Amino acid sequence: MRADVAGPGPRPRRPAIEVAAERLLEGVIRLFGVSAIGFVLAIFFFIFREAAPVLFSREFHLPEFLFSTQWYPTSESNVRYGTFALTIGTLSVTSVAIVLAVPFGLGAAIYVSEFCGPKLRETLKIVIELLAAIPSVVWGFIGLTVMSRITTTLTGAPVGVNLLNGGVILALMSVPIIVSIGEDALKAVPDSYREAALAMGATRWQTVHRVLLPAARNGLLAAVLLGVGRAVGETMAVLMATGHAVQIPHGLLDSVRTLTANIAAELGEAPAGSDHYRVLFLTGTLLFLITFVINFTADLAIRGVRRE
Amino acid sequence: MARFARSAHVARKERSEALARGLFFVMSITMIVPLVAIVGYLIFKAAPSLSWEFLVDIPRRGMREGGIWPAFVGTLYLVGLSLAVATPIGVLAAIYLHEYAKDNWFNRVINLAVINLAGVPSIVHALFGLGAFVYAARFGYSVLAAALTLAIMTLPVIIASTREALASVPMAFRVACWNVGASRWQTIRSVVLPNSISGILTGVILQVSRAAGETAPIMFTGAVFFKAVRRGDLFPYGLDDQCMALSMHLYTVSTQVPNVQESIPYATAVVLLGSVLAVNATAIALRVWLRNRKRW
Repeated sequence: MRADVAGPGPRPRRPAIEVAAERLLEGVIRLFGVSAIGFVLAIFFFIFREAAPVLFSREFHLPEFLFSTQWYPTSESNVRYGTFALTIGTLSVTSVAIVLAVPFGLGAAIYVSEFCGPKLRETLKIVIELLAAIPSVVWGFIGLTVMSRITTTLTGAPVGVNLLNGGVILALMSVPIIVSIGEDALKAVPDSYREAALAMGATRWQTVHRVLLPAARNGLLAAVLLGVGRAVGETMAVLMATGHAVQIPHGLLDSVRTLTANIAAELGEAPAGSDHYRVLFLTGTLLFLITFVINFTADLAIRGVRRE
Repeated sequence: MARFARSAHVARKERSEALARGLFFVMSITMIVPLVAIVGYLIFKAAPSLSWEFLVDIPRRGMREGGIWPAFVGTLYLVGLSLAVATPIGVLAAIYLHEYAKDNWFNRVINLAVINLAGVPSIVHALFGLGAFVYAARFGYSVLAAALTLAIMTLPVIIASTREALASVPMAFRVACWNVGASRWQTIRSVVLPNSISGILTGVILQVSRAAGETAPIMFTGAVFFKAVRRGDLFPYGLDDQCMALSMHLYTVSTQVPNVQESIPYATAVVLLGSVLAVNATAIALRVWLRNRKRW
């Protein structure tokens, strides 16, 4: 046995400066770790700080803000800040997108996860990842040019940039999220479930339908919710692809405007500090809260999966 | 062999199986094929303008002709700066969440915050950037304010992919390192980071592509419709200047400027889409290469 290892004497210590540096670094790591909370709070704080004064303005009434369809922010004599038509705009575009995206997204997730071979799976996953990377302004441009022409040709609508057009674009944008989260949810179901179903003589479809879908229910719900979240929050694509009419749509071929697009369209021309400017920030606060609730619910759903 | 003939039940089972497989395949393909067609169409329409000249020339005649150089450089500026801010914060935050944090309520709140940060609509980030950086911090409409807004927006991308990279390092590696007496940080520095650095790099690359494509967050914090810049100038902007950006430029030429030469918006879209997809493809290639090289 070598004496310098086993011999008596004080334990070797690291230099104090090194230990101090490590402590400091770990402090910084902790600080940045906690920073995410700080950023979320800061986002809420700074948006609400710009919005708050309007709550006490004479021109502003909260019920009108929420439930009136009259949006005349720049009118000389009759200023109205009703966002109801915009809320309906957001809801309708999101609904169209979700109705289209959920079956296709979940169908593709099931195919990628359960039916296709490993080679095809890799290829599909890469393509889906690339689809998810297409910038929203490019989607908007596609909606404005290519898709709107297809929409007018197929439906005979007078204007191509409308609810249907925006909904289709949003659906295409939400599908990659639904596929990737949905596939994760299906993959999280233990293989023993599949083996058990197989041993009972079930076909793949029967396995998916009777075993995997019920088992992955929460994860699939989260996938759909995150898809909804993306659709609600999307700005540039709907700004460019849905037309600009502030109105409650009566059909798929009417133009609409969403809460997000409205901010993007008008913030540039609203003088800082004006009621109009503050109302736009208030709309932002509303959007922040809506997406917070959606994400929170999705998180709870995913957490439910992990518990099981 | 009638004994082994398929019963009606089995036949029905197999029919529904084939039907389901076909249906799901069609569903997967339906969203891919039209898109490839659309991208092809974009390139076809852009072809008259696509050239080296288009990239390095400045917009001329009120953006109706000429190139996209100021916008291209502006995007490089914004992406580079936001990367410099977001990478250290994001990587260290992920190290905290994966290597230090215990599973208690406080860290669940942090997780929720990260998820929520990823889900905040881009236009809300824009409002935040305007309220916080442009007005409260008095940066004004500038490259700096826009880049900081982008940095906060893309932070969750880096956090998520860094965590994934850290999670791919087997726990046994850490345990072995602790057992020879290394401290937590020594373990991270000498074992965890070297084994996950390429995965972290992938996340950083993804942040680049996300930041390059965003429009709404920079629209009201520092990006402008037009800024006079010399042709091919590599350093046209200072931190407190306003700048042009590719994504913003695409929005401008396709909606705000009348009578643009038709191929210009298409060419701008192709350059933006091409850059973003190229960056993403690099990240994917890196990941595939990594997975094949993995020895455990």
